[in-house]
Amino acid sequence: MHRHIDEELSDLKQELLRMGALVEEQIERAIRSLVDRDTELAARVIERDKLVNRFDVEIDETCIRLLALQAPAARDLRFVTTAMKISTELERMSDLSENICERVIELNEEPQLKPYIDIPRMANRAMQMVREALDAFVRYDAALARKVCADDDFVDDLTHQLFRELLSFMLENPATITRAIRLTFIGKYIERIADHATNISELVIYMVEGKIVRHMSPPATSPDA
Amino acid sequence: MSLNAATDKSTEPSPVRRLIAWRKRLDRFFALEGLSVMILALLVLLALLGQLAFDGLGRISWRFLTSFPSRFPAQAGILSAWIGTMLVMLVTALTAVPLGVGAAIYLEEYAPKNWVTELIEINIANLAGVPSIVYGLMALGLLVYELHLGQSILTAGLTLAMLILPMVIIATREAIRSVPPHIREAAYALGATKWQTVRHHVVPYSTGGILTGMILALSRAVGETAPLITIGALSFIAFLPHPPWQSEFPFISMQWLLDPFTVMPIQMFNWVSRPQEEFHVNAAAAGLVLLFMTLAMNALAIVVRARYRKRIHW
Amino acid sequence: MSLIATSRDVLKIEARSLSFYYGTLQALREVSIGVYDRRVTAMIGPSGCGKTTYLRCLNRMHDLYPGNRYEGEVLLYPDKVNIVGPNIDPIEVRMRIGMVFQKPNPFPKSIYENVAYGVRIRGTSSPIDLDGVVERALRDAALWAEVKERLHAPAFNLSGGQQQRLCIARALATDPELMLFDEPTSALDPTATGRIEELITVLKQRVAIIIVTHNMQQAARVSDYTAFMYEGRMVEYDRTDKMFTNPSDKLTEDYVTGRFG
Repeated sequence: MHRHIDEELSDLKQELLRMGALVEEQIERAIRSLVDRDTELAARVIERDKLVNRFDVEIDETCIRLLALQAPAARDLRFVTTAMKISTELERMSDLSENICERVIELNEEPQLKPYIDIPRMANRAMQMVREALDAFVRYDAALARKVCADDDFVDDLTHQLFRELLSFMLENPATITRAIRLTFIGKYIERIADHATNISELVIYMVEGKIVRHMSPPATSPDA
Repeated sequence: MSLNAATDKSTEPSPVRRLIAWRKRLDRFFALEGLSVMILALLVLLALLGQLAFDGLGRISWRFLTSFPSRFPAQAGILSAWIGTMLVMLVTALTAVPLGVGAAIYLEEYAPKNWVTELIEINIANLAGVPSIVYGLMALGLLVYELHLGQSILTAGLTLAMLILPMVIIATREAIRSVPPHIREAAYALGATKWQTVRHHVVPYSTGGILTGMILALSRAVGETAPLITIGALSFIAFLPHPPWQSEFPFISMQWLLDPFTVMPIQMFNWVSRPQEEFHVNAAAAGLVLLFMTLAMNALAIVVRARYRKRIHW
Repeated sequence: MSLIATSRDVLKIEARSLSFYYGTLQALREVSIGVYDRRVTAMIGPSGCGKTTYLRCLNRMHDLYPGNRYEGEVLLYPDKVNIVGPNIDPIEVRMRIGMVFQKPNPFPKSIYENVAYGVRIRGTSSPIDLDGVVERALRDAALWAEVKERLHAPAFNLSGGQQQRLCIARALATDPELMLFDEPTSALDPTATGRIEELITVLKQRVAIIIVTHNMQQAARVSDYTAFMYEGRMVEYDRTDKMFTNPSDKLTEDYVTGRFG
């Protein structure tokens, strides 16, 4: 039976995916602005964060309206509440991209400290996690969501590696401290982006299976647990 | 006032308005037709009443009401006739109502819904249509000859009771059926037995309908002539039946049940059959009194129904 | 059945493979469900699914009409007597179980007499006792304040919502062990509906309640347990919060999300 709410749910999904695409783009540009030392690009990313915020507000309002007027139940209810939370996670990711760009602008005032190898690797993995988390959301794929959660370890390891390397730079040569600290921050931001992607995946698992797996590590591997 | 006044350019009415106007004409035609037919019917009724009143109204007096029939038309009265009618109606009511209401309650509430019950129901409806003289014949054979009850008030009462019994049963059943099932279910759901439900709810709530049916059935019986003639009601009764009391123990007398009697319609019939014009006047006067009795009973039925309808409305 | 109950839940009435036939038509198919004391259990499902039929089995209302047949058992606790058994008198069952109907159906008597009727037929007749019972029942039904000045006025003078509360008082007066509500608010406006829902959440502290409703939001608001029926079968029976956030059966999910029915 075709229902009016199905159209609205579909619209909500599209809205969220558009926001996701925008956020993925923000992250990609932020890293590119670091690697290419492109201050203008960084400034544009910072400016664009406002658009992401608008998305977040609109999606929130749509969800609240759906809850009030349509009183969705069961999977529809889980979908709407998950969508609200995913939008928050995406908005945080965009804020982190903005933070990255602020550090980039500062870094570009000094010569590049070292070739950037680990940071782009981390960023690529983080972006992949974001993409897969959103895919899992669209496809109701709990298995994919679980994989994303597992991938978080890789990013965490890379972050520690980056920190050790930068620490050694700082100990050897105090003149590098400001740049090294800024790069450390950037590493931290990327790690946080990956964490938010993990959060989105946990939310997707709830939406699909009806079990809350957040704040439990690791998430249960089978639905019958 | 036209809806499309702004765009109304011509005086030619639109097709829709023509259709409406035609339908309204049809409406008025039927209204007029109904009215004229009704007036015609009323006129006929009034003509009958008028004729009766013209003939007999002058004759009604206290003496008329309290005198016995006589060979002299001027002295003849309807005392024995209307007393006889009342007493016969009393017996009829006391017989037909308990029997009829009881039978109806049984059929509606207790009888299983099978073909036997249906057969009984069909037959009751048929009995309501049997010509009244047939009841008279049956009563003659059964009550007068077999049971030796004589040509008495008791016989007359029982005969008329049999006549109106189907009507009482049907009216009572209709009244009982009008009690909605959700009221019964409410009673049963509280743990009431069938008898408690019938006694505390079904019968009390249908009392209005039962009484109305009873009164209408009796008002029909008041005018029944054929069966009473058949069982031998006499028309020249110049005495009253025994009073219902006596001076010795047990102080109530049932003797009056077995006394001969006459009733209003028969008295009228007797007078109309005579050649003298004055007796016809007497008959007309008696007719007016009988009419009055019937109308009074019907009015009572209407009042009862209205009173009960106010208290109980589903 | 005990898998879904909390440890404090005690069975009040349990149907075991209950089947019911209107003549040759089978309306209930081996329904098994245990209802708990002092809890509200809602029965939901599309029209014709059998929820009202099931309800009316519990107080043997079907016995009023010929040609009906029960199979299976319905056990009433704590004595575990099978109330649809052939040796059990329906009147006895109805003395222990009360019912409130869809359309308010007070007797065309006074408010007082309505409430007192059930108690009268159980043998109480002294005015002092009756007065006490009537007042208590009307208070329990949240109606006392509105009618205490006119107890002997006709019940029909009350509004629809008041009449329904009167019917609830009438059923409560006999101190039933189980109360059956058959779509009690479907004929009432939202305010009256809200008051009766409030009343039900208070009443459940004393008595087990089963409510049949076609309004899912009402079932969600009011009940602790919900049973979903479809075409005479029990499809799913679980805690209400689970039924409406994450039901196990796809049919249930389709129904509560409004995809059919």
